[in-house]
Amino acid sequence: MKVLVPLKRVPDPYSRIRLAPDGAAIDTTAIKFEINPFDEIAVEEAVRMKERDASVEIVVVSIGSAECEEQLRKALAIGADRAIRVDCAETLDSLGVAKVLVRVVERESPNLVLMGKQAIDDDNNQAGQMLAALLDWPQATFASKIEFNDGRATVTRETDTGQETLEFPLPAVITTDLRLNEPRYVALPGIIKARTKPLESLTLADLGAQQECRVAVVSMRQPPPRTAGRRVNSVDELIEALRVEKGLLKS
Amino acid sequence: MSRALLLAHDASECEPLAAFAQALGLPFDIVTITGDCPQDLGAESIGSLMVGDPPPADSLCSGLRGFAANYSVVAGAATMFGKDYLPRLAALLDRPMVSDVVGVVDPKTFTRPMFAGNITADVRVNADAFVVSVRATAFSNPVRSGQSAPMQVAFDPQGVTKRTGKSESAGGRPDLAQAKVVVSGGRPLKDAVTFERLIGGLADLLGGAAGATRAAVDSGIAPNDLQVGQTGKIVAPELYIAAGISGSTQHMAGMKESKVIVAINTDPEAPIFDIADYGLVQDLFVAIPELMSKIKP
Ligand SMILES: Cc1cc2nc3c(=O)[nH]c(=O)nc-3n(C[C@H](O)[C@H](O)[C@H](O)COP(=O)(O)OP(=O)(O)OC[C@H]3O[C@@H](n4cnc5c(N)ncnc54)[C@H](O)[C@@H]3O)c2cc1C
Repeated sequence: MKVLVPLKRVPDPYSRIRLAPDGAAIDTTAIKFEINPFDEIAVEEAVRMKERDASVEIVVVSIGSAECEEQLRKALAIGADRAIRVDCAETLDSLGVAKVLVRVVERESPNLVLMGKQAIDDDNNQAGQMLAALLDWPQATFASKIEFNDGRATVTRETDTGQETLEFPLPAVITTDLRLNEPRYVALPGIIKARTKPLESLTLADLGAQQECRVAVVSMRQPPPRTAGRRVNSVDELIEALRVEKGLLKS
Repeated sequence: MSRALLLAHDASECEPLAAFAQALGLPFDIVTITGDCPQDLGAESIGSLMVGDPPPADSLCSGLRGFAANYSVVAGAATMFGKDYLPRLAALLDRPMVSDVVGVVDPKTFTRPMFAGNITADVRVNADAFVVSVRATAFSNPVRSGQSAPMQVAFDPQGVTKRTGKSESAGGRPDLAQAKVVVSGGRPLKDAVTFERLIGGLADLLGGAAGATRAAVDSGIAPNDLQVGQTGKIVAPELYIAAGISGSTQHMAGMKESKVIVAINTDPEAPIFDIADYGLVQDLFVAIPELMSKIKP
């Protein structure tokens, strides 16, 4: 089984996001970048599959400029076999990303694409579903448990009201949710060792892909901060304030 | 073809979607996936797929594809259900998509949060036809008018995915995303029984819904469908009570539009107090039972 894991370089989720002085982008000067947390869960899941079955091959792919090789190296350190960087300095929208990934899928012929449900920068939650549509493959989003049997996948996924289980033949696209696994910690020596694993760089032209972006950010602002109210000293004072000042908790 | 199709999971999503379409200023039709649609929301036509349980995304989208192609804008609610199938439908139609819309600037420019709500962005769609997911909390009170005409929708879903199981968490409380009051609990709630007794108990007294943080869900204290936040549900009730919740960016992204926020936390420095209208520095195991005894009619 061959697993393709697309991943994105994003700001550390615990970093402070502010606008750059020109207001056109976020200020990245003091920001650490990481593998998008949901993509890291996808890498971890693929590596666990490989630990159970050594014949599993894991290819990670990221679309971006040279910096994202740092995240690809980390994925190799977690246990992926090889990495592809699709060189692209321009912004793509989610459909544009999905179209590039279609080309990567055609080149690599994986049985499974495993990826994060959303990137925590744009928060779009689109690319996996779009890729599945373009390939005409089944999809299971927001996965919290994945099993394989005889060329079929059984996925438990999180829904608005609980969970459901889907069953479908491979190849397929599965997107990960938080509860799928807890990614391992990789120490620096592991990251250094992974430097010997292959990392190939391709252009959009190599793949026969195009840069498509039909959804573009035209302006950004920081939402006005919500101002803190006041401290109350007791439950009685809280109930009184909610009743009198806000007209809530009417009895 | 300048016309919007609103795809509502059920009747409860029709109002916010109609309010969105009215802000967009296009004529619109509404199709509910399960159940009926109200007749007075200003839609030209309304229809229903009348399926009991929506089929998995591959089937659902194959069934909707031909019909949806007749519209320039296809919009649905940004629930987990909508987030699952709308992008698939968009790609089948080769249309770009804008997620989590909270405002309409002009018919092709939309406001949406990014970076866990730390940034508000205006995004422009450079296409004549596109797909949108709409945050129901940001659109309400559509102008009520008219009597929509009934419409037949040809729906013939085909797909290879089978749903083999389903576990719904116990109902009985109002829908979290639409409740007027939400009581949420975090990591210190210890276990499912304690969470249900204190958070569920207070929610019931207030006629509200229970919510939780990721930390509470990850540790099995609360079911996954209660997670509020950047990667969970978005709520904006009249009253949000956060008990034992630190106030991470990711959690606040899902609740900071609430009208009144109450925080109960033992740590006076907890970030949740920065956005709370009323902050009570107290042990929740003392404060919540006291609240319950004093609110009790
Ligand atoms: C990719 C990603 C996505 C995420 N998505 C979400 C999301 O959608 N929603 C979400 O909620 N989180 C999300 N998180 C997690 C988030 O970063 C925080 O870890 C989480 O919200 C913390 O939950 P908490 O407040 O319950 O726990 P903690 O941060 O541990 O806070 C517990 C609080 O309880 C207080 N406390 C302890 N004991 C008591 C007591 N007896 N009485 C009163 N107060 C007490 C403490 O002072 C503390 O402030 C996400 C994280 C990542 C990386």
